[in-house]
Amino acid sequence: MNTSLCQNNIHLTRRSLLRGTGVAGVSWLTPLADLLAVEAEQAPKGKPARSVILLWLGGAASQLDTFDPHPATKIGGGIKTIPTAITGVEFAAGLEQTASVMQDVSLIRSMVSKEGDHERAFYNIKTGYRPDPTLIHPSIGAIVCHELPEAKIEIPTHVSILPNQWPARGGFFGAKYDAFQMYDPKQPVPDVKARVDDKRMERRMEGLSVVEGAFAQGRAPNLDQGKTLHQLSMQRARRMMTSDQLKVFNVSDVPAGDLAVYGDTPFGRGCFTALRLIQAGVRCVEVTLNGWDTHANNLEGQAAQVRILDAAYASLIRDLKKLGLLESTVVICGGEFGRTPKINNVGGRDHWPHAFSMLVAGGGFAAGRVMGATDPEGEKKEPVNPIHVEDLHATIQDLFGIDFSKEIMTPVGRPMALSKGEVVAGLKA
Amino acid sequence: MNPASFLSGWLPRLRHVVVVVGIGGAAAWGVVELLKPPVGKLSKHYVGMTMDQSQSVLDAAKTVDAAFEADWGQKQLQPAAKADDLTLVRRLSLALTGSIPSLQEIREIERLKIADMGQWWLSQLFADRRTSDYLAERLVRVYVGIENGPFLIYRRRRLVDWLSDALQQNRPYDQVVRSLINANGVWTTSPEVNFITVTNQMGNKGPDEAKLAARVSRAFLGVQMDCVQCHDGKLGSTWKQEDFHKLAAYFGQTDFSLNGLRDDPKEKYRFRYLGKMQEEVVPAMVPWKPELLPEKGTPRDRLAKWVTAKGNKPFARTIVNRMWALLFNRPLISPVDDIPLEGPFPPGLELLADDFIAHGCDLQHLIRVIAATRVFQQSSCSADPTHPVTPEAEAAWAAFPITRLRPEQMAGSVIQASSLGTIDADTHVLLRIKRDLDVANFVKRYGDSGEDTFDDAGGTIPQRLLLMNGNMISENTRVNPLLNAATRISMLAPDNATAVEAAYLSVFTRRPAAEEGAYFIKLLTGARKGRSRGDILSDLFWTLMNATEFSWNH
Repeated sequence: MNTSLCQNNIHLTRRSLLRGTGVAGVSWLTPLADLLAVEAEQAPKGKPARSVILLWLGGAASQLDTFDPHPATKIGGGIKTIPTAITGVEFAAGLEQTASVMQDVSLIRSMVSKEGDHERAFYNIKTGYRPDPTLIHPSIGAIVCHELPEAKIEIPTHVSILPNQWPARGGFFGAKYDAFQMYDPKQPVPDVKARVDDKRMERRMEGLSVVEGAFAQGRAPNLDQGKTLHQLSMQRARRMMTSDQLKVFNVSDVPAGDLAVYGDTPFGRGCFTALRLIQAGVRCVEVTLNGWDTHANNLEGQAAQVRILDAAYASLIRDLKKLGLLESTVVICGGEFGRTPKINNVGGRDHWPHAFSMLVAGGGFAAGRVMGATDPEGEKKEPVNPIHVEDLHATIQDLFGIDFSKEIMTPVGRPMALSKGEVVAGLKA
Repeated sequence: MNPASFLSGWLPRLRHVVVVVGIGGAAAWGVVELLKPPVGKLSKHYVGMTMDQSQSVLDAAKTVDAAFEADWGQKQLQPAAKADDLTLVRRLSLALTGSIPSLQEIREIERLKIADMGQWWLSQLFADRRTSDYLAERLVRVYVGIENGPFLIYRRRRLVDWLSDALQQNRPYDQVVRSLINANGVWTTSPEVNFITVTNQMGNKGPDEAKLAARVSRAFLGVQMDCVQCHDGKLGSTWKQEDFHKLAAYFGQTDFSLNGLRDDPKEKYRFRYLGKMQEEVVPAMVPWKPELLPEKGTPRDRLAKWVTAKGNKPFARTIVNRMWALLFNRPLISPVDDIPLEGPFPPGLELLADDFIAHGCDLQHLIRVIAATRVFQQSSCSADPTHPVTPEAEAAWAAFPITRLRPEQMAGSVIQASSLGTIDADTHVLLRIKRDLDVANFVKRYGDSGEDTFDDAGGTIPQRLLLMNGNMISENTRVNPLLNAATRISMLAPDNATAVEAAYLSVFTRRPAAEEGAYFIKLLTGARKGRSRGDILSDLFWTLMNATEFSWNH
């Protein structure tokens, strides 16, 4: 029996399995996605993670109105709670679906940071470093893409869906590691279709090589690779324009039922697209859900965002698991910081970096575990068992098998470790 | 016939005729206007300065060059040769107007045969409102950022216009900065007040003293003191938390009233320092050289005078570094707003700062001096292909650095290259409105550089996709005999060589190299049915606009 036939058998079995497990329409699975899913199924436990999804709650969700409620206390704010799949752990009402997948997810209730300003905190959480005027650190997605280059795919390996003003950046690794930005996947990806036919495009490119040749005269031989990245990014852009994998950016071919479970929202479609991108071999996808910055009317504001988050998050975890991709995909859900225990004069909660919540799942993270706790009365600022931002970064990189203590020489001539944190053993499976 | 019914039928017909003739006439006029050859506006004799002024520019530039030459000698670097005049014109236009020169301007420049092209072109640009508008926008980004700011009490557009007027009049820079720091009044009638009102806080708390201290220290003094806002300096920084807040205290009395912004002596700046239990009143104190502080005046007035005092060298260094960065797209010291107080300074910085102070904080003089240096006038490539420019040479300014154009420079250049005539204040208002909308859309998609930073990032896939397939280049290069240069060149150029040359001058501000000319002339010679001359010229424009040379300043 030859090997390829053997793989075909697996392939068929895989499709049958998907139908059987109710993932429904496999029409949107790409051949590469199939192959990767098969690999994932065959992967022994303990294999390093290969992808990361960051669900970014822009504006900062309130831990007290989501994953760390303290009902019937003076800081509770009238929140109602529901049980979760983890015994003894409650969530805010509205997170019923998320509560039901918590056996596959761990919850950190003691994230600690020192940044209380949105822009600085976004930087801190996404890079694991506090802002430094002398250089820009790469975000976690850029680090993963840099350390684990993926040659198989023709689309960007780092994607930001529905980005706000601070999408993930390549930092000192360079702009080529910046996230590719796209908006509601209901719309076609802009500018990927050539305006002229193939023959004419080829002629244009031929002329371009003559022009580039003239510009290269007398300049450093590695000007493009070492600095401008102009021709390099053009090659990659052209490869993307003609790639079959491009269709995973758009949900127009997806049966309505598959999308409906994620919620009929841009964020829901973004999470669904994140799943398809991961299937296609993309290393890092971030999906942003803004609107959590509730300095006024906190209870209503948080509840509105919770409704959007709940269906999308739970569906993503469920589908990743059904497709056999959860073991290889780290899923992080959180924002810049948390919100104050004290409710202000206009019914809002302000910025609170001292103790906030994050969900972590997949890729070697422990499942069904809760780390840390906050004071139910809001008197003590410090949470029990605090987990620092840099330690979460070190743990994520460790799950990918990345030597995070390795120092990289930055463009300003300063050696910099990928993370200065330490692995939190309790977070690992 | 009933006269009433005759009139009722005749009058509407007459009205229709008048409307049709009117529209037709306007359209014909528009076509004639667009098709007529460009009219020369430049004057060979306008130099904009006296002989003495001209000499002082050259003398200062020579001193700066000597400092760089000594540095190159020490580093054993061979400086690049001088760039040609058209390259200088392109650099200056990009830096000061955010766009490349038009084919019309290039033709006129070549016809006039000017001896000192750089200085003469600067004189033309300083007289051009595009320059003051563009410089004002770049500087306002440094002063107040790009956000819309607080509703009702902040008018960013008015601040830009106010600064543009000041730059057009070449008001001394120290006066401009003093106006920003100590302005009073209403944000509409005293536009400089917007420097402060942009920081207004919610809940009647008035202007944000900490934000203002951060802006003043970065924008006018070239120090990033906001890093010590929450704690004393780390990683070798000697700044203390109290240094920052004592600076912020100069804005402690600033408040709003019915008459707009003013100082209220009853107000105090309070802050709770790290490790302290309670807020305390913070006294106003400058972080260095207190002897330069005047004894009398309101706190903001005293601060304004201290910041801009002749003896306060960081003020001059900061604007020198900023103007250098505007002209080269790279500052002398990076980051542009973080200059060590005690040095070490790169070659040229101290000399330019001293010269700036000695010439009464004259911004136009400063720009002229920088543009007159050998450093600015060097080529970005080596004339000897066997010894190309090295990164080390570029880092030490021994060759003009290659830097990525900003998004608005890219958009402005695409639009200008697509029009044979100059798009300036004399351009038809509809075309100018279209230009502004196109630039705004392009910048949004290409990625706004935000506040005036100068990173060295390379190109990205989305940017390449936008240039290859986006609306702007597609619309500006497709066959359109009324608006697009590509089509007009294909119709008007007497021969293929002239057509290719006109395209290169329009987009690259240079003539094609031999191999480039030969290649594209051959393509045009082979034009036939199905692949028209217009299409080939359209493809040539697309090609040039998608080349590295177009996206990077050189």
